[in-house]
Amino acid sequence: MSINAFIAASRFGLGARPGELAEIKDDPRGWLLSQLGNGSEPTAGVGRTGDRLKLFFDARNARGDEGIIQLYRKEYREGFVADVGARTRRAASTDQPFRERLVHFWSNHFTVSAVRPVVAGIAVAFEDEAIRPNVTGRFADLLLAVARHPAMILYLDQAESIGPRSRAGQRRQRGLNENLSREILELHTLGVAGGYGQADVRSLAEMLTGWTIGNPRRGVIGEFLYVGVIHEPGSKAFLGRTIAEGGEREAREALELLARHPSTARHVATRLARHFIADQPPADAVDRIARVFLDTDGDLKQVTQAVIAEDRAWRDPLTKVRSPAEFIVAALRATDVTPQDRALIRSQTVLGQTPLTAPSPAGWPDDAAAWATPESMMRRVEFALAFAGRVRTRREPGDLAEAVLGDALSDETGTAIRRAGSRTEALALMLSSPEFQRR
Amino acid sequence: MLATRRRLLMGLSALALPFPNLALAAAPTDRRFVFVILRGGLDGIGAVAPFTDPDYRTLRGEIALAEPGKDGGAIDLDGRFGLHPALAPLERLWREKQLTIVHAVATPYRQRSHFDGQDLLENGTDDPRAKTGGWLNRSIALLGKPKERDRRLGLAVGQTVPLTLRGEIPVATWAPPTLPDASSDFLAKVAALYREDRTLGPAFAQGIGAHAMSAKAMDSRAVGDVPARGPGAFKAAADAAGKLLASVEGPRVAVLELNGFDTHAQQRGRIAGPLAAFADGMIALKDALGSAWSETVVMAASEFGRTAAVNGTLGTDHGTAGAAFVLGGRIGGGRVLGTWPGLAAAKLYESRDLAPTTDLRAVAKALLKSHLGLPDDALAKVVFPESRTVKPLDGLISA
Repeated sequence: MSINAFIAASRFGLGARPGELAEIKDDPRGWLLSQLGNGSEPTAGVGRTGDRLKLFFDARNARGDEGIIQLYRKEYREGFVADVGARTRRAASTDQPFRERLVHFWSNHFTVSAVRPVVAGIAVAFEDEAIRPNVTGRFADLLLAVARHPAMILYLDQAESIGPRSRAGQRRQRGLNENLSREILELHTLGVAGGYGQADVRSLAEMLTGWTIGNPRRGVIGEFLYVGVIHEPGSKAFLGRTIAEGGEREAREALELLARHPSTARHVATRLARHFIADQPPADAVDRIARVFLDTDGDLKQVTQAVIAEDRAWRDPLTKVRSPAEFIVAALRATDVTPQDRALIRSQTVLGQTPLTAPSPAGWPDDAAAWATPESMMRRVEFALAFAGRVRTRREPGDLAEAVLGDALSDETGTAIRRAGSRTEALALMLSSPEFQRR
Repeated sequence: MLATRRRLLMGLSALALPFPNLALAAAPTDRRFVFVILRGGLDGIGAVAPFTDPDYRTLRGEIALAEPGKDGGAIDLDGRFGLHPALAPLERLWREKQLTIVHAVATPYRQRSHFDGQDLLENGTDDPRAKTGGWLNRSIALLGKPKERDRRLGLAVGQTVPLTLRGEIPVATWAPPTLPDASSDFLAKVAALYREDRTLGPAFAQGIGAHAMSAKAMDSRAVGDVPARGPGAFKAAADAAGKLLASVEGPRVAVLELNGFDTHAQQRGRIAGPLAAFADGMIALKDALGSAWSETVVMAASEFGRTAAVNGTLGTDHGTAGAAFVLGGRIGGGRVLGTWPGLAAAKLYESRDLAPTTDLRAVAKALLKSHLGLPDDALAKVVFPESRTVKPLDGLISA
């Protein structure tokens, strides 16, 4: 077993479960590549978007009856707690942890956040329905699935955007909302310096008009729906081209254009390199990954293979500090603890990272400057101690540390664990150690 | 019990770690400065309504505030501008000349991305990607001689340090407790494991130090005493900041953050909550500061304002100029400063936004100069690089 087994399990995976390093042995790259071929089933126990939104609209329709409204709202909120529980348990137990990390990576790239109450009940469903099936497919398909999912449409106010010169716009004095358009350009594809201007933001917003979701009035509930009467008519100038009038097709065409743009390749490559190599991604690695993105028309399987092929990803172990949610998943995997939904969400909340609740569409930060703060480190250590007190394992803590940290386990940490005054303290030291807080 | 723990933590941060203790050296100033970041793009026209501007009602439509005196109407400040009713708690401060509004103010940022806009609001340059850290950290660096820096003069309220406080000078953080305390013995063992780690080591040592200090300054530090999120969280954070700033050994410069101002749709319902939280928080801060309020100046600002006109979804989109708030015990306030550009179509920036007439850096410079005593030259070169042409705003602190 080499340090590379540890890197595969912890930097690319979600932290080793006991036995995982032995399974990876001397073929860490093969272990990772084997996870790119398989599909990935929806997560058991996560509510589907259609069902959940029906609940949301039922609450809205129960006009005046506060009791019923509160009941529906409560059910909707509790759905989020259950979904996050199911998501976290899946991450804690999966034998495809690299694929699962990719799902988490992309759902952060395409952030929807439960800070908007309407999103809460469908945020995990969004990850399952729009992200999960596409993480090793074409970037263009992933982008399209994201932009058409009700969670994104609601999160970024697209449902209410109406072409000012559309029939409905002229009748109702309502107009455009640029929110989704701007974030697609700035965060999802080109990046903020990717070569677009305010006119492009507006054009894409116009092309997106009509992309909305069904509601009880429109007959279908909780699914993408194109509504022609709110679509802005006319051709649109976009990134130096003209996109001809074509209703629903216009935004599809624009997204295809964006998915193949060199700025998108660079933006995506930079984010991947930051996640899998270092906070300050090496320029040559970004170049190579971006090149593969362009050459393969955004084939994310080959792009991911290019990341694995980067020697820099294997050279320095422990360059990345785990985010709080990553730390908790790694702790669950190492100790085989499976808490209840409420405890799971609470743990992540006290450490400042409840999944799917990023403060803005930019998603969670992906660098140590954001996460390794004084207050955060203090809390991680307090959490480690409280958590270790609940672990019921018969393994010796020293053996467990060797099983999950492998060749990364330092002499200092190993000695501290063996000298600890209690099993709880020993486990807490393992969880607090630099080699566990990093990946 | 608390005292014992505090003593242990103090000892631990001083002895067990290769990092300096805090709160030992005297502070270089008794003045306090608080920067409140209103995130999401506060609608300045919605918060401080130009209710006599002839174009106000036409542009704002259904989201215009009612006339002063009417139900839900604006709170008349000076016959021209009125506070949103959710800001009612601030009215008393206005009457007592402890609140000044600067209207039509903006950072140098002229695009409309939240993230770049906030980075620029916080880094004090005209480049969102500048690698300079934050202007408030650079201000703290100018406050004291090197030896005096052994204490943490800066405080971030929250689990993370906002960009404006990042940089050369380490700062303290405080967040509501939600986990049981770990024993000092255990903390020492972990600190030993981090000794070689240049990121985790210093962060953890500062975390221990901050807990020691807050255990001293706060009445209580028990889990569940302070709301960590939801309604009341900002007020609780402001109260904590006030107590820590009031403490003799505490910080002198603090940052508070309040989210929720990105009101793209249904603004009427969405903006009242965050505005009320802001107002309640400012009163809580004043009360917690006690007599130190007279030594305190607060500046509250957002990354940009919003469109002059209501949008198609009864909200407003990302714009340019907005409103900033300056509060303090003896600022000589009770005025709306800045040049009002008007809302006539020809006066709007890019035909859509309130036009900026005051640079927010001019506001910050005036406060840093006359309140914290930072020299002009350093303000123009170091704190806000290449800003010589931006003069400190006159009349902000006249008392």
